[in-house]
Amino acid sequence: MSKTLFYIILGIITVIAPFAFPAFQTQLATLWLMIIVAQSWDMTGGQMGYNSLGNIFFYGTGMYVAAVVTIGLVYPVGEYTGAAGGGIYTFTPDEYFLGMALSIPAAGIFCALCAFIIGYVTFGLRGPYFAIGTLGVAIAGGEMVSNWDWIGGGQGISMPSYPYNFDQFKTVIYFLYAILGIALFFFCRWLYQTRFGAAINAIRDDEGKAEAMGIHTMRYKLIAWAISAFFVGAAGAISAFQLIHFEPLETAYQTINLGIFMVVCVLLGGKGTLWGPVIGAVMFHVFKELTWNYFLGWQWVALGALIVVVVVFFQDGLMGYLKYKRPEWFGIAVDTKEAKV
Amino acid sequence: MSTIIDVSSVSKSYGGVKANTDISLTVETGGITGLIGPNGSGKTTLFNSIVGYHPIDEGSIKFEGQEISKKLVPEIARLGLLRTFQQTRIYGEMNCVENMLISLPHRKLSLTDAFKKNTRADRDKAEQFLDFVGLYEKRFLQAGSLSFGQQKLLEFAMALMNEPTVLLLDEPTAGINPTLINGLIDRLKRANSEFGITLFIIEHNMRVIMNMADKIYCLAHGEMLAEGTPAEIQDDQRVIDAYLGAH
Amino acid sequence: MDQILFNLGLLAEYPVVNLKIIIDGVMIGALFALAAYGLALVWGVMNVKNLAQGDFVIAGGYVAWWGAQQGMHPLLGVPAAFILMWGLGWVVYKLLITRVIERDLFTSLLATFGLAIMMAQIMNLMFGSDTQSINLGYETLYFADGLIDVPIAKLIGVCMAAGLAAGVITFMKYSRMGQAIRATAQDSRAARVMGIDTEKVYAFTFSLNSAICGAAGAIIVMVWVIQPFYGITYSVRAFVIVTAAGLGNLPGVITAGLGIGAAEQYGSHIFGIGYQQAIAVILLLLVLVWRLSQQRKNRQVLK
Repeated sequence: MSKTLFYIILGIITVIAPFAFPAFQTQLATLWLMIIVAQSWDMTGGQMGYNSLGNIFFYGTGMYVAAVVTIGLVYPVGEYTGAAGGGIYTFTPDEYFLGMALSIPAAGIFCALCAFIIGYVTFGLRGPYFAIGTLGVAIAGGEMVSNWDWIGGGQGISMPSYPYNFDQFKTVIYFLYAILGIALFFFCRWLYQTRFGAAINAIRDDEGKAEAMGIHTMRYKLIAWAISAFFVGAAGAISAFQLIHFEPLETAYQTINLGIFMVVCVLLGGKGTLWGPVIGAVMFHVFKELTWNYFLGWQWVALGALIVVVVVFFQDGLMGYLKYKRPEWFGIAVDTKEAKV
Repeated sequence: MSTIIDVSSVSKSYGGVKANTDISLTVETGGITGLIGPNGSGKTTLFNSIVGYHPIDEGSIKFEGQEISKKLVPEIARLGLLRTFQQTRIYGEMNCVENMLISLPHRKLSLTDAFKKNTRADRDKAEQFLDFVGLYEKRFLQAGSLSFGQQKLLEFAMALMNEPTVLLLDEPTAGINPTLINGLIDRLKRANSEFGITLFIIEHNMRVIMNMADKIYCLAHGEMLAEGTPAEIQDDQRVIDAYLGAH
Repeated sequence: MDQILFNLGLLAEYPVVNLKIIIDGVMIGALFALAAYGLALVWGVMNVKNLAQGDFVIAGGYVAWWGAQQGMHPLLGVPAAFILMWGLGWVVYKLLITRVIERDLFTSLLATFGLAIMMAQIMNLMFGSDTQSINLGYETLYFADGLIDVPIAKLIGVCMAAGLAAGVITFMKYSRMGQAIRATAQDSRAARVMGIDTEKVYAFTFSLNSAICGAAGAIIVMVWVIQPFYGITYSVRAFVIVTAAGLGNLPGVITAGLGIGAAEQYGSHIFGIGYQQAIAVILLLLVLVWRLSQQRKNRQVLK
C-alpha cells in the first residue's frame, strides 16, 4: 500500500512543519486556508461546472458568525460593538475556547443554510449569469455588512484575543486549519467516488442530459454548494480568530483578493481533480510569498496579470497538462484497434 | 390496454410559424407507437412539448393521468418519461461503464443511497446492458472516442439502465450502419417485450417503423394527417402524397 | 429604520422631490446606458463578457481629469478620452481579448476580471485613491422654489451623451463597418464566408466599446466623482442593464439605463448614500430573479 505510506508521510510533514519552521507558521496556516478555499471552490467550479465568483461571501459570513457567536455568548453584541474598543470587555479562557468550539461549526452550518437559500435562486442561472450573480451576492454581502452598525459597520469588529502566549496561538490556528483541510480532502476523496460525485460530474458535462435522465439536478447542486459553503464558512471562522480584528470590505468580503485567489489556485493546479486544488494552492502561495516583496507596490498589478496569464495560457493547470500527456495515469483507456460494431 | 400518454389538441407556434396545430394522439401502455412525417412536419417539436423543453400554446398533455404540460424537464423525467436525442448526447469524457452508472435511475434513489458508492450489482447491470447493445468490448473506452452509431447505441443502453416507464426515441436508426439496423430493431422490440418499456418512436426509415410499431401517427405541416396500424398507413394515399411532396 | 421612514415621508410630503430624483437619475442613467450599450455590443458581436467595462469608464474619466489638470478645457476631455481609450481598447484587444474569443464563457469573464484588477490598481498607483472630479464652473438652474437644482454642467453632460449615442447608432446603421459588425454579430462564420474580415471587425468593435466607455467616463468626471475602485460598480450596472434589456435591443438598453439610474437615486435617497454600491448590486440580483421567473414560464433557464 504505497498510497497509504504516501498519506502517512504527508501527515507527518503536516504535524512537524510548524515546529520545524516556527518562523513560517503564519505562512503555513495561510497555505492551509488557500487549500481549503480552493478545494471547496473546486467542488462546484471544477466538479460541477458552476463557476462561482462569490464563494468569498461564505468566508466573510463565517467570520462574522464566529464573531457574533463568540461575543454573544458573553456580552450583548450591539453594546460591545457600540463601545468600539472602549469599555472593558474581558473574556476568560473558558469563554474563549467555548466560543471557538461552538462558533466554527456554527459558522459552517449557517453558511451552508445561506448556500441553500441563495442557491435556490442562483442555480437557475447558467454560465456567465451564475458567475456574475454570485459575484453580486458577495459584493452585496460586504456592502450590507458595512452598513450594519450592530456588528460594527464599516469599522469592523474585534474578536477577543488568545488568552495564552502568542506562539501557542499561532500553533493552535495552524492546526485548526490543517485539521479542517485534511477533513475536507478526505471528504472530497470519498464524495467524488459516490453516485453523488458522478451526478455532479454529469451536471458539469451536460446538464440538459442529466435533467433529461431524471437526476435531481437542483437538489444535488444545492447540496454541493452547501458542502462547499460549510467548509469555507468554517475556514472563515478560524480566520476571524486568527486576525482578531477585521472589517467587512477589505478583509471579510475580500472579493478581489481571496475571492479570486481561490479560482486561480484551482486553475493553476487543474480543475475537477482531487489533487489539483491542493497543488495549485501550494504553487500559488509559494509564488506569491516569494515574489510579493519584489514588486514594490505593483503586487496587485502583477496579480491581475498573473490571473490573465493563467486563464489565457494555462487554464487546464498542471493536472490537465498531465492528463493530456499521460492519459493512462488517470485510467483513461485508448482504443488501439480499429473501431468495429 | 390503457393509455399512458394522452396528448389532446396541442398547438405550438414559433413566432408566426405553426409547428403543431391541434394535435391529438395517445400512446398505449406496453406498446410501440410510431410517429412519422416528412422533414419539418413538427415531430421533434411535439416530442419537445411532451418532455417539457418549451411551453405549449394550447391543449393538454397527460402522463399516467397527470397533467405535465406546465412541468419542467427534470420533473417530467423523474416521472419515468425518458427521451433520447436526435443529436446523440452522451458523456464524452467518461468511459462507457461510467456513462451507464450515471444513468442509474436517480429518481428511485433516496438521498442516502445517492451518497453511496456504486455496488457490484450496478456494475453487473451496466455491463449486461452494454452487452445487450453490443458494446461490451468497448466498455472501458472513452465514450467520446466511439463512432456516431456506437454512441447512439450507448445512449440507448443508458436509457434502458434508467428503467423508464416510457422511452421516447428520436430517430434511433439515423446514422447507424444499415447492416446493423435489423439488430437494433430486434433490440428495441426486446426492450419492449422483455423489460416492459413502452416505446414512442420518431422514425424516418419506413421499413423500420412498419416492422415494429403497433400503431403509427403521421404528421404533415404540423397537422395530424393519418393514424392507424402499419398496414393502414402504408396504403393511405395522403401519407404517400405527403412523402412524395404532392402538397 | 426611522431614517428610512422619514425619507419616505419626505417623498410623500413634497412630491416635487420625486421629480428632482427622477431628473437626477435619468441624467446619470444616460451614462450607464452608454457603458451598457458598449457591453451589449461586445457581448453580441464576439461573445465576450467584459468585466473590465467599468474600469474603461473610470480610465476615460482619469484621462479627462488629467487633461484638465494640465490646463486643457474640460469639455475637450470627452473627445480626448474617446481617442485615447480607442487606442487602449485596441491594445487590450490585440494582447488579450483576441485570445479568449473562441474560448468558453468563463474564460473571458475571468480574464477580463483579471484585467479589471490590473487597471484599477494601475490607476490607483498613478492617480491615488482619492475621489476626483472636474469643476466646470458653470451655474446651476433652480426650479420650484429651489427644490430642484439642475447644474448646467449636468445638462451639457446629458446632451453630449445623447450626441455620442446618436453618432454611434447612425454609424452602426449606415456605415460599411457598422453593417459588417451587425453581420458578424448575427453569424460570424457566415460573415467570414462572405468575405468580412472578422478579426478586423472584432478589433474595431472592442476599440469602439472602449472609446464609448472612455467618453462616458469623461462626462461622469464632470458631473459626478470618480475613484480608481469604482469601476466594478459600473461593470455591475452595465450587466444589470444588458440583462434586463437583452442583447441587440437598443431602446431596451436606453430605457433600462434610465430606469436603473432613477432606481439607484431613489434607493440612495431612501436608504442613505452609504448604500449606493449595495443598491447597484441588489438591482442586479432583482433583475436576475425577475428574468429567471420569466424564463421559468417558458420552461427555460437563464443562460
